[in-house]
Amino acid sequence: MAVLNEEQTMLRDMAREWTTNESPVTAWRRVRDANEPAGYDAAVYGEMAQMGWTGIIIPEAFGGSDFGWLSMGLVTEELGKTVTASPLSASAAAASAIMLGGSDAQKAEWLPRIASGEIVATVAVDEGPRHDPAKIKTSVAGGKLSGTKTFVAEGDSAGLFVVAAADGLYLVAGDAAGVSRSRRQLADFRSHAEVTFADTPAEKLEGGDDALLDSVLDRAAVLAAAEMLGLAGQAFDTTLAYLKQRVQFGQVLSTFQALQHRMANLFSEIELMRSAVEAGLTALDQGGDTRAAASLAKAKANDVGHLMSREMVQLHGGIGMTDEYDAGFYLKRMRVLEQMWGNAAYHRDRYARLSGY
Amino acid sequence: MALRPFAVAAREKHWIMATLVATDAPTDPLERFRAEAREWLAANFPPSLKGKDNALASIEGPSEPTPDGEAWRKAMGEKGWGVPTWPREYGGGGLSRAEARILSEEMARIGAWNPIGGMGVMMFGPTLLEYGNEAQKREHIPAIAKADVRWCQGYSEPNAGSDLANLQMFAEDKGDHYLVNGQKTWTSGGQWADKCFALVRTDKSHKHEGISFLLIDMDSPGVEVKPIRMISGMSPFCETFFTNVKVPKENLVGEEGQGWTIGKRLLQHERTNLSGGGSRLMPSGPTLADIAKRYVGADEEGRIADPELRVRIAKFEMDWRAFLLTAMRVQAESKAAGGVSEVSSILKTVGTRLGQERAELLIEIMGMQGLGWEGEGFSPTELSNVRAWLFGKATTIYGGSTEIQNNVVAKRILGMLDHQ
Repeated sequence: MAVLNEEQTMLRDMAREWTTNESPVTAWRRVRDANEPAGYDAAVYGEMAQMGWTGIIIPEAFGGSDFGWLSMGLVTEELGKTVTASPLSASAAAASAIMLGGSDAQKAEWLPRIASGEIVATVAVDEGPRHDPAKIKTSVAGGKLSGTKTFVAEGDSAGLFVVAAADGLYLVAGDAAGVSRSRRQLADFRSHAEVTFADTPAEKLEGGDDALLDSVLDRAAVLAAAEMLGLAGQAFDTTLAYLKQRVQFGQVLSTFQALQHRMANLFSEIELMRSAVEAGLTALDQGGDTRAAASLAKAKANDVGHLMSREMVQLHGGIGMTDEYDAGFYLKRMRVLEQMWGNAAYHRDRYARLSGY
Repeated sequence: MALRPFAVAAREKHWIMATLVATDAPTDPLERFRAEAREWLAANFPPSLKGKDNALASIEGPSEPTPDGEAWRKAMGEKGWGVPTWPREYGGGGLSRAEARILSEEMARIGAWNPIGGMGVMMFGPTLLEYGNEAQKREHIPAIAKADVRWCQGYSEPNAGSDLANLQMFAEDKGDHYLVNGQKTWTSGGQWADKCFALVRTDKSHKHEGISFLLIDMDSPGVEVKPIRMISGMSPFCETFFTNVKVPKENLVGEEGQGWTIGKRLLQHERTNLSGGGSRLMPSGPTLADIAKRYVGADEEGRIADPELRVRIAKFEMDWRAFLLTAMRVQAESKAAGGVSEVSSILKTVGTRLGQERAELLIEIMGMQGLGWEGEGFSPTELSNVRAWLFGKATTIYGGSTEIQNNVVAKRILGMLDHQ
């Protein structure tokens, strides 16, 4: 755990207490069973807004608390631990696009509404099943945007889209003409809609620089990595607790050295993951070129999250395969997050290019 | 817990440390110290020695003394800055950790290096400061601080490697002295050492409680040292035989039977000492990617021509970065919490694994050229890479093997129990 300041510690403790008491995994199970396209409980998102989480990265002038990305990551990690569903990450990534590239008017129009939780915002970039921001066909002519975005996180409920077009990022209101959404139900039961824009009125984010899209994607990727850190950490803790109570051959499983060494390895991998994720969040707070730090965070989160979610099922044996048990939630959500904003191969390639090879 | 030559481990630690030093924003009194250190270094560090540190000295043996080298060792020894955080009264520098970091920075800045090192500095000194009596501290600590005495470690035995507490070398009570009989092995630098800190058995009826911590002069009659030739072709370790060796009673550290406790404490210093006395430069040479481009070539976009190798290099570099970030985090956490972070227990395992990974990648990059043993047709770097690759296999075995470290993590941190 990074060394936190007082307000970060308070925020982390508050999030931990809230998820433990108000949003344990059973809460997600209820949402999952309800099987709504939005994939989260709107009343719960309202509670999060009440606690100020919707404004953590938004400046005070626009109704946020400006606590920064490390703080955002702490909350996201805690939510990940109990697989709590919410559009917090998508909204934060979209808000960051407006903060980095929006005009004063655009900021004034949208940021307070995101900070208050009144609307959900999201970032719509990819146009295929794999993350590939270099291949964007969506285009804008005469202020009208057209194109199809695939697997848009929170796309079913978003009231504002930050849409990547070939020539930059655009704001599109969720209720604008020509917006149509189609649910794409993935294994994690969260919202990943296909969103089509047909001659939809769009406003360009004129500020920022050529790296605006990269900067926004870095934020989205690092937040995904923070959620994965929470998932992996809890998957580890749950597995460890199980190994300590499951008896076979007259021994609790945790006494078997073969399992001890696997857990020791997972422990150190998760610590490396934590360092990479926290460094990614810290880099976002520091500003400047965040690309290498973000790619490191997401690649490491992908590798370790993948390993941990597989080991969680394997080390639980048959019980881990049942829907009644929680392991499946961690496995499914982890795999979706791995694909979001670039898999490990994507980020290793990006890191190598950034390093000049 | 077997082999423990310290130079390679030390180099890794100092890489980490050199990275760490950049993170603290010094306050004014520290800036005053920086100016003082800068001035003293300018007056005392012979420019001829710039960057001439031989990190492999403890493996290849001490090099021929040069006048400048001796002058530098003497100056640092007298100043106490070779062991900057040790107390002044025993010949240390008496510096705070923050001041010591600044000293490291200032040394790195001008290519200066710490001539005072070895097991005395890294392991034995800190342990003796904690457990030794006043007379022992007065006798041994200043000599370590000046690098006048070279220490070796008598821990492992042929049947006590990872199961160190199984050690059998016996110290029989003869009134005013012990009579020591037995064999130690993997004694790093035993052939060059003046003294040995050893774990010996003083009681055969108790495994752990029968162990004591004894200091033995290597020139005592009955001590015989035989270097062991390793797969690297080098002989950094020895077998050391003790036959009726008389050791005065005052050379016992702590109480009889306290040796296991003291000995383990010493290993903690070995594993977690990130703020040791020295400064080494960050590895400044070409990166793996630079080397790969030279040996394998690059495509028109500047990517390493072999795409799979490129990915493996990227994966290594990212893991290495995550490791350095973890080392920094451990230091920051330890500082904030006022104790050693539990995460420190993974640093040895991860760091050594990655070190070996890098050595294997270098061979992969260089192909046959990266496997040269000696003679014509190979650059000095190619030849030394091969020896370092082979020597590096020891790093996951000595100082608590990876398997032992995993046991420690599983039991102490994760609370996974032994078989009942």
